[in-house]
Amino acid sequence: MRAADALCEALKAEGVEHVFGIPGGANLPTYDALYDADLIHIQSRHEQGAGHAAEGYAKATGRVGVAFATSGPGATNLVTAIADAMMDSVPTVFITGQVRTELIGTDGFQEADVTGITLPVVKHSFLVTDPRQIPAYIHQAFHIASTGRPGPVLVDVPQDLSRAEIDYEPAAGPPDLPGYKPPTEGNIKQIRLAAKALANARRPVIYAGGGVTNASASQELIDFATSDKFPVTLTVMGLGAFPAPHDQWLGMLGMHGTRTANYAMDNADLIIAVGARFDDRITGKLSEFAPRAKFVHIDVDPAEISKNVPAHIPIVGDAKDVLPKLTREYRALKADSARLEDWWEKLRGWQSDHPLGYEDSSDSVIKPQFMVEALYEATEGDAIITSDVGQHQMWAAQYYHFKRPRQWINSGGLGTMGFGLPAAIGAKVACPDETVVCLAGDGSLVMVCQEFATAAHHGIPVKVFLMNNGYMGMVRQWQELFWDGRYSAVELGDSPDWAKLAEAFGWTAMRCDDKRELTGQMRTALETGGPVLLDVHVDKTENCFPMIPAGAAARDMVG
Amino acid sequence: MEAGTPELVRLEDLQVGKTLTGRKHVLSLLVENKPGVLARIAGLFSRRGFNIDTLAVGPTEDPDTSRITLTLDGAVHPIDQVTKQLHKLVNVIKIRDMEPDHTIAREMALFRVQAGVENRADIMQFAEIFKAKIVDVSRRTLTIEVTGTNEKIDAFERMIRPHGLIEMARTGEVAISRSRADA
Repeated sequence: MRAADALCEALKAEGVEHVFGIPGGANLPTYDALYDADLIHIQSRHEQGAGHAAEGYAKATGRVGVAFATSGPGATNLVTAIADAMMDSVPTVFITGQVRTELIGTDGFQEADVTGITLPVVKHSFLVTDPRQIPAYIHQAFHIASTGRPGPVLVDVPQDLSRAEIDYEPAAGPPDLPGYKPPTEGNIKQIRLAAKALANARRPVIYAGGGVTNASASQELIDFATSDKFPVTLTVMGLGAFPAPHDQWLGMLGMHGTRTANYAMDNADLIIAVGARFDDRITGKLSEFAPRAKFVHIDVDPAEISKNVPAHIPIVGDAKDVLPKLTREYRALKADSARLEDWWEKLRGWQSDHPLGYEDSSDSVIKPQFMVEALYEATEGDAIITSDVGQHQMWAAQYYHFKRPRQWINSGGLGTMGFGLPAAIGAKVACPDETVVCLAGDGSLVMVCQEFATAAHHGIPVKVFLMNNGYMGMVRQWQELFWDGRYSAVELGDSPDWAKLAEAFGWTAMRCDDKRELTGQMRTALETGGPVLLDVHVDKTENCFPMIPAGAAARDMVG
Repeated sequence: MEAGTPELVRLEDLQVGKTLTGRKHVLSLLVENKPGVLARIAGLFSRRGFNIDTLAVGPTEDPDTSRITLTLDGAVHPIDQVTKQLHKLVNVIKIRDMEPDHTIAREMALFRVQAGVENRADIMQFAEIFKAKIVDVSRRTLTIEVTGTNEKIDAFERMIRPHGLIEMARTGEVAISRSRADA
């Protein structure tokens, strides 16, 4: 069969049902194969949109997301999504067309060295040089993307090779890659050591991240945390891995986390890091981060351990394997829970002294935090929420109390504005029975507004609740707080008229600027079929607090 | 430590390992012989801010694999982090951080030196002491090939430089572990 047909067969053999993408000259053979293949193709309107949709699909399900793009500009448009998937460890396979083999290296029309361009931002990549490699590389790509620490894999397919005839046999099992053996099981001696240290800890904190969700180890995390009364905090990537409404929950950690969570790290004597990577948004000033603590670091990627913060007890392994063993070893020690009472007294003190809060308006003005609370109420806390990047993202993280993993889909590592709408499209395609809401920022949404067409064309009923403050709000906040209020290029003005724009794309559009009507309008939007935009005009200059200024220590939180 | 009488770990006793070793490291990488592998390694080093002192690439006994030997300063770079990052590259099959006492490492260098009638004899004497070979001669220059540890080559360079070093080319070290005596 044609190699392009074999490509589609290989995708199906990997369990793929949906792909996102845009055709062009160099991937015409693949799209021709797609014409007959039993795959559902979502025609994005920009390759970045296709890439983020594949990410949203993967983040909502844990399955590998797939996006197609043509050579040259098609492929370079994918780069942001690939980098995003790398930073957030999202299992994705990107398949790009490449110019014909004889044109490679000649600066041919729509030629770009996409394997070269993406080298720093892929888990791995393949440039096909023989048509027989195509299905084999697809299988290898899926294996690499989805195992160990997940990530993006690129397969670059020259146009002529995808037209060649080859014999295709479905892969018999996982491919054998001599240089790729991801660890799974944690070292039991190290796990025992961690359990013993924990049994002696008087001020322990569990600090977990997106790795727990990637390992599908949320229940294992809950079991571990509740094997004693261990306080839990999560990174922005981890939200949902431990239920927010929980007695042992301290709130989110980091720059816009709760004071309790940040103070807990500052005062802890033992920190158990699980699937988290000590990002600068968590540590603040590294030399003053958690100065009293010893660290147990559990991660499937050995290179994360002691990268930023040296680990006293490193445990390389999958959280789903390590956490139950750690729980068992800890229980066997029969440690005295009473030793944690003083610690909890301190934590409860911080919680009551520093609850998350904001000054609500007394009139009709909608405070952005109120908007998130209304969203929580209107969706009964049960929707899949995607977001862009900025203030609204942090408010969503603070005020939408995520209760299960994969409910919160955002761009944490790369911080990609415009991630939310295409990610919501991907999530909704993956989970048609779930309510999917993109809580968007107006600075972000305009960057990907062409994806309104994707949702309309395919009838994908995502809801976009736009937190419209007429600013790039987070940048404005930094200019206000740290740059003497010199507001440089952050005001967005009144353009576009969002309701008209969405309607032009075939969406239902609504607008709200009165807080008394907001929850009701949200309910109406959720009940309306098809894609709906609700343009919510919020207080323009509200700031997101609390906050650890960049490069400061946790104890120096402001707001 | 029997069950029921757990001997707990005192947190004060927990220590972290040293990240900087303070010495030169020779890393020997076995990699798949595929296009782009060197670019992946070079790219990793540049984006993580690791500085390679020397690098040598060549075939091995197996045509599907190549050997990359690189040297790094363990006083500047956390070698453990470097090897862990390298291991994440799918095309890197095996990495050995060569033990200095159990490693034979060699480098080859070519020197072109000014050698007129007045100092030609001195230079040839140096070459002899260093067991170096004269590989090219002109009226005013000598070209000398030296093989040895990189310390030996550094020493030769120091001796020859005052005489007028015109050009130098070094290969970077290659290394192999010593066999056990009874192997």
